[in-house]
Amino acid sequence: MTPTYYLLLSALLFTIGAVGVLVRRNAIVVFMCVELMLNAVNLSLVTFARINGELDGQIMAFFVMVVAAAEVVVGLAIIMSIFKTRRSASVDDANLLKY
Amino acid sequence: MSLATLASQLGAAASASGPLLAQAGTPVSGPEVIGIGETIAFWILGPLALAGALGMVFARNAVHSALWLVLTMLSLGVVYMVQQAPFLGIVQIIVYTGAIMMLFLFVLMLVGRDSADSVVEVIRGQRLLATLFGVGFAVLVVGAVARSLGTVESAGLGAVNAVQDGNVTGLGNLLFTDYVFPFELTGALLVVATVGALMFVLADKRSAPPRKSQREQADERFRGDKPRVSPLPGPGVFATANSVAVPALLPDGSVAPESLSEIIESTAVRTLDADRASVAGGAGEPGARALTTGSPEDADAEDAEPTGADAAGPEAPAAEDTDRKTGSDTGEEEGRA
Repeated sequence: MTPTYYLLLSALLFTIGAVGVLVRRNAIVVFMCVELMLNAVNLSLVTFARINGELDGQIMAFFVMVVAAAEVVVGLAIIMSIFKTRRSASVDDANLLKY
Repeated sequence: MSLATLASQLGAAASASGPLLAQAGTPVSGPEVIGIGETIAFWILGPLALAGALGMVFARNAVHSALWLVLTMLSLGVVYMVQQAPFLGIVQIIVYTGAIMMLFLFVLMLVGRDSADSVVEVIRGQRLLATLFGVGFAVLVVGAVARSLGTVESAGLGAVNAVQDGNVTGLGNLLFTDYVFPFELTGALLVVATVGALMFVLADKRSAPPRKSQREQADERFRGDKPRVSPLPGPGVFATANSVAVPALLPDGSVAPESLSEIIESTAVRTLDADRASVAGGAGEPGARALTTGSPEDADAEDAEPTGADAAGPEAPAAEDTDRKTGSDTGEEEGRA
């Protein structure tokens, strides 16, 4: 077994997350799919850190986690305020800028 | 210090870190050998993570999606620990599955668990196209990675960890020397995110219409904008008990329907309809005690009371009325049972 298997797992997880973002309608589920994509990238960063024998990849994964935490806070606040005004968490209903 | 100088320092630090680390991790004595234990762990955790991801995409219920995602994140955390990143593994479990996913579940409960996905396709053929895109993307990336990195050998973090006295110490050394400026930037980012989330909450509150004063509300009530002038009657008012299960009585002895709670099962409004109809039918003046019926305990108490007190004079019609009403009430009880 080589570390390549981890990279393949990461690629598959990223693909599933991307398809989920395209397919799902609930804004919160879409958001969870984005989190899955971030996790997949983290896995590949950790694997690359191990392949190269340096810790910089792990540092980068750490920063990705911090940014994801901040992103979740703001994103969920946006979803909550959209839900308050429209009583719906569907991404199809938030089309005020469309016309 | 201007931003440009900071950026140049950052670039210098980043460029300096490469050879420095290569010197630090001196004995790169050949590739790392991946043991049988890690192989087994991978073939257990990898399918679990994939199953969690697929379950998240395909689950109809959003809460189920969140739980599937928790499975994926837990497996990934263990994978990090297996891959010589114990700190990231612990952080993954604490921050992602502990904090972020709980935040997701919290918002799901606030927004409404039943806000299910609509099945209608807004863009025609979007799902098919998305699936095709996914398959194509997976084939491309997996093929590229397998071809270019299929025979790569990992250097392993054993040497670095040995020099740096463990994974956590090594990460801390890097974080507070080479990456100290990005680390401070993440602090600023967290503060901005907190303020942003607060702003969303407070902006909603400020854009709401101003609250009406007490005077305006009273004027509205007497102008007839509201259905009632007075507040709703509390349960049990003017009756012989003040339990929530006993309805309030109006001055003529009839039941005030607004005082009954729909939540409490023992006093559903419709069970009292017959009583109210008989009162409104007006077979004599109804006594106040006649209307406390509604539960078997009450009926027992009223059965006992007229015989013991031996009512006379003005009480007599009331006693007669209670008898009639308790009779009808027990009949209803049997019907319900």
